[in-house]
Amino acid sequence: MKILVPIKRVPDPDTKIRLQPDGAGVASDGVKFSLNPFDAIALEEALRLEEKLGEMDLVVVSVGGEETIETLRVGLAMGAKRALLIKTSADLDSLAVAKILAAVYQREQPDFVLMGKQAIDDDSNQVGQMLAALLGIGQATFVSKLELVEQHTQARCARETDAGLETLTVKLPAIITADLRLNEPRYVSLPGIMKAKKKPLEELELAALGVTAVSRTKILKYETPPQRQAGVRVKTVDELVDKLKNEAKAI
Amino acid sequence: MANILVIAEHDGGQLKLATLAAVSFARQVAADTGGTFDILVIGETVGAVAESLRPYGAANVLLADHAQLQHPVADRYARVIEAVAQSRGYGIVVGAASTFTKDILPRAAALLDAGMLSDVVGAHQEAGELIFKRVMYAGNVIATVTLAGDLKFLTIRPAAFAPAVAGSETSPVVPIPLATDQLSSFAEYGGREAKVAGRPDSTEARVVVSGGRAIKNAEDFERLIGGLADALGGAVGSSRALVDSGITPNSLQIGQTGKIVAPDLYLAVGISGAIQHLAGIKDSKVIVAINKDADAPIFEVADYGLVADVYTAVPELTAKLKP
Ligand SMILES: Cc1cc2nc3c(=O)[nH]c(=O)nc-3n(C[C@H](O)[C@H](O)[C@H](O)COP(=O)(O)OP(=O)(O)OC[C@H]3O[C@@H](n4cnc5c(N)ncnc54)[C@H](O)[C@@H]3O)c2cc1C
Ligand SMILES: Cc1cc2nc3c(=O)[nH]c(=O)nc-3n(C[C@H](O)[C@H](O)[C@H](O)COP(=O)(O)OP(=O)(O)OC[C@H]3O[C@@H](n4cnc5c(N)ncnc54)[C@H](O)[C@@H]3O)c2cc1C
Repeated sequence: MKILVPIKRVPDPDTKIRLQPDGAGVASDGVKFSLNPFDAIALEEALRLEEKLGEMDLVVVSVGGEETIETLRVGLAMGAKRALLIKTSADLDSLAVAKILAAVYQREQPDFVLMGKQAIDDDSNQVGQMLAALLGIGQATFVSKLELVEQHTQARCARETDAGLETLTVKLPAIITADLRLNEPRYVSLPGIMKAKKKPLEELELAALGVTAVSRTKILKYETPPQRQAGVRVKTVDELVDKLKNEAKAI
Repeated sequence: MANILVIAEHDGGQLKLATLAAVSFARQVAADTGGTFDILVIGETVGAVAESLRPYGAANVLLADHAQLQHPVADRYARVIEAVAQSRGYGIVVGAASTFTKDILPRAAALLDAGMLSDVVGAHQEAGELIFKRVMYAGNVIATVTLAGDLKFLTIRPAAFAPAVAGSETSPVVPIPLATDQLSSFAEYGGREAKVAGRPDSTEARVVVSGGRAIKNAEDFERLIGGLADALGGAVGSSRALVDSGITPNSLQIGQTGKIVAPDLYLAVGISGAIQHLAGIKDSKVIVAINKDADAPIFEVADYGLVADVYTAVPELTAKLKP
């Protein structure tokens, strides 16, 4: 079985995001980058399937610049068999990324794709769904439980929706996007990192994939939203009730 | 000129109020650009939902009603949106951000080779071009963006647009002919966990009481957070810490990767105030924090802060608020 896991390099969730002084972009100096947390969850799930079902071809793929190799190595250290970098320096929007991943899918012909539901930098939550549409295959998004059924031709998924847990059984191949409760990703071990250095990492120029992916999204300006001001401290519950009733008129 | 299609959201025939925020967005953009807007209702026996949307100024309320559309399965719903958008030529397709629209709209967008922006909080026109604002990086960055192409897909953040108000004119309800044999079926819907009835959804409530790691177990959550919410007629929510520990279901999580809320009053009970949580509550009118750590970051955004143990402060507060 072969599973493709797209992964993205994003600022670490604990990093404080600052803007460049001219507002032209997000400052990257001194920022720690990591594997998008939802992609780590997706990869972890693929690894658990491998532990259960026997050896698999687990491929991590990322679209980005040279610096993305670092992120792919984390994927390899977690346990992916090989990595693929689609090299581009362009800022690509979700549809462009989905088109590139669709070409990678055609090249790799995996049994299915497991990926994060959302990248925590752009917070778009679109790529998986777009990829499914482009490939004309099914999708199960926000998945918190995954089980392969019917001789692994279908995936039975629990989905986290606003209204509660839903079950969806989707035919494979499909795109499955991971929600946070799917699992707890493993820590990358030191031997894992050492071993990862020997694992195959293929670099491919975007042009060599034969896709033209143009971003339709153009970011004109970045701003910091207005900050909320710290309010007042109250000493007692009575004082809180009084403030809410008479000052804020919130109750 | 932009003609706009608003995708209505309902839950088993109950209109989700956030839809009215998307309607209000469409109304504003249509007025600015000299266009019109339609509202599309998809489902089975959802005529009443369409009926309820008639007084909001749409040119048409479109109704795609069919047994095969009983459940919101993305591939089928996306096909319906694709067909409607193609045959009626819209410039914008928009819905209020939710797990429903996030599942379906990007799929429909890609079917139509259209770009999409999620979580839009503002739009205006400049030199004939629409300019949008959207939230990124857990709410730490607002980006001003344009989206090229004749057809644009958007989700808007309901908190950023006041819900549309009903007028006296009513729009016609127009049934959409469906070639249901063309509807794909890559997935089979297997049902939904019964929702615990009673409390409102945190995205629709005027008051939201949220619990964090300070709450030790599910009984305490129900007693303390549920009890306080009930005293205020509000909804309950939680930080991810409680979801991770299995004390609350994922559907209660508020934050960057959970729900975005904007109630009149938000009470953060034993929540530290991590940026990922703040991303979901910043638009609340009044924020109250109860935390025993005087240095907790939540106090930096709270209008009223009480340094106290939630196990003593919350029962006292609940008792004093009970009608
Ligand atoms: C600082 C900065 C500036 C940017 N400026 C612009 C700009 O000016 N114009 C512009 O159009 N775009 C810009 N982008 C990029 C763009 O906004 C997003 O990368 C793109 O839209 C993908 O959407 P997303 O990351 O929100 O994906 P989501 O839909 O949130 O991600 C879902 C999943 O898709 C997969 N995925 C997403 N991206 C990749 C990837 N590159 N490789 C592999 N898998 C991936 C992951 O599995 C991820 O979990 C910028 C990005 C950054 C960080
Ligand atoms: C990719 C990613 C996405 C995330 N998305 C979200 C999200 O959407 N929503 C979200 O909430 N989090 C999210 N998180 C997690 C977030 O970073 C924090 O870990 C989480 O919000 C912490 O929850 P908490 O405040 O309840 O717990 P803690 O940070 O542990 O805080 C508990 C607080 O309770 C106080 N306390 C303890 N006992 C008492 C008592 N008896 N009385 C009074 N006060 C007490 C403590 O002083 C402390 O301030 C995300 C993280 C990542 C990496």
